[in-house]
Amino acid sequence: MLLTTEDVKKIAYLARLGIDEHDLDSYTKDLSGILDLMAQMKAQNTDGIMPMAHPLDQIQRLRTDAVTETNQRDGFQIIAPHVEEGLYLVPKVIE
Amino acid sequence: MHTKTITALAQGLRDREFSSVELTQHFLARIHQYSELNAYITITEEAALSAAAHADTLLATGNAPTLAGIPIGQKDIFCTLGVKTSCGSKMLDNFIAPYNATVVEKLNQTGAVMLGKLNMDEFAMGSSNENSYYGAAKNPWDIARVSGGSSGGSAVAVAAGLAAAATGTDTGGSIRQPAAFCGITGLKPTYGRVSRFGMIAYASSLDQGGPMTHNAEDAAILLQAMAGFDDKDSTSVNHPIPDYQATLNDSLKGLKIGLPKEFFGEGLSANIATDLHNATQEFQRLGAELIEISMPTLTLAIPAYYVIASAECSSNLSRFDGVRFGYRCENPVDLADLYTRSRGEAFGKEVKRRILMGTYALSAGYYDAYYLKAQKIRRLISEDFKKALAQVDIIMSPVTPTNAFGIGEKTADPVQMYLEDLYTIAINLAGLPAMSIPAGLSAEQEGAPMLPVGLQLIGNYFAEAQLLNVAHQYQQVTDWHQRKPADFQ
Repeated sequence: MLLTTEDVKKIAYLARLGIDEHDLDSYTKDLSGILDLMAQMKAQNTDGIMPMAHPLDQIQRLRTDAVTETNQRDGFQIIAPHVEEGLYLVPKVIE
Repeated sequence: MHTKTITALAQGLRDREFSSVELTQHFLARIHQYSELNAYITITEEAALSAAAHADTLLATGNAPTLAGIPIGQKDIFCTLGVKTSCGSKMLDNFIAPYNATVVEKLNQTGAVMLGKLNMDEFAMGSSNENSYYGAAKNPWDIARVSGGSSGGSAVAVAAGLAAAATGTDTGGSIRQPAAFCGITGLKPTYGRVSRFGMIAYASSLDQGGPMTHNAEDAAILLQAMAGFDDKDSTSVNHPIPDYQATLNDSLKGLKIGLPKEFFGEGLSANIATDLHNATQEFQRLGAELIEISMPTLTLAIPAYYVIASAECSSNLSRFDGVRFGYRCENPVDLADLYTRSRGEAFGKEVKRRILMGTYALSAGYYDAYYLKAQKIRRLISEDFKKALAQVDIIMSPVTPTNAFGIGEKTADPVQMYLEDLYTIAINLAGLPAMSIPAGLSAEQEGAPMLPVGLQLIGNYFAEAQLLNVAHQYQQVTDWHQRKPADFQ
């Protein structure tokens, strides 16, 4: 196995993703299998090849710096789990 | 009425053979009758009937837009104002979209009637629709088998006559593979052709929306309505849109068809190889020339794709944090707990796997070995296609290595499921347009059910009109696209 359960715990922490303790072994096995598949890339020589990020090699389009959107705060906050006086509420961060 | 094409339905509406309200009621009744197929996540009955009534008034004036009154389904990945947009996930089970995706807006403008939102793999990650929070959509040709994914609900709805046409999205084969498994026509356009605004992102450099229909002519009509530059999508490409129907009847004489030998060798089921051989012979009779080509880097598409797609997914899905929309866990003790538990409780297993894979591939020390390496391979694959398409006009290949497999058959091992996408994935990496069209009905072994087989057509950048032309000519001399599943007539 390429990964240990400790590795998976560490990755899950980085992703802020809760993983049940009893699922750790199966994730470790699955991810190791996927990494095995990905290791096939090693056989291919890619020296001097430009990485490709966009299929048409387009560059980011710029627009003029002008206001185009209207404020829709109310509409967006209706679907929020917890808001008060126009603010999104989360558990206390600073004591 | 439910087996008719968009063209036939539009004519029927204009000739007053039936009204849009009658047509919509007919489809709604079928959706309820065949709810076991699990094609829809949400049925928007009232809104559909009121849109149909509005279409009828427009049709009565004789001045109605092209798709006026035609009932369609939207994949539940497209945001629809005021309607639940779940993306197949518990995370968005309570999400009522505050705006319309550009695709939805455009289809509404052409008068199409939305029947509801179609089932899909969670966040479009999957090849069988089994990763949907709402359960798998079932294949109407054999309900013990998968519909394919991720646009499974869309393929089932069209195949079983639960919508006249549907939208889908394709990141690694998610339009083409379910289209092949369910015996319908599906088109993944060139990257940037159809706006991604309001289409919930999975892997932004690969995602592309497209039509799923009964035949190529319908796909041309639907693509016409969906395609176009959009200011709201920063990767949208400003490229002229041809009249996709205008060239459908062009002759295929002299068309050069490339057959990559890497796609017809080991791993392809014998029945599919035979059906595709017959299909290519048909193209030869239509005047095309068959040329064997080689694309050696294609075999690296799967590992490169899963690195890139997972990396982009882990980044895109970080927006689901339980703060602004979507699922929030009960009684979080602190902010970290809120993030971790909301995401842990609301994402399904495959989504978690890909977030973990992507996070790993992008983490310090592994970035070059995985992400950068995959992007370099992506370049090589794209170069391979460029070379091939300089030599031939169009490339043909299988869509899937096997017929639709059984529900539950491949869920134990994610790698087995990933290998399903062998023939479709490279096209997304290159950003090219491709179609799946029905090209046979055959059993894998004696006693197994007869199931649809798809043929993949791959074209050059923005050559959608040519793909549609080639598909349409084939559909003039064959009837595979007209075959319908016996139990859902």
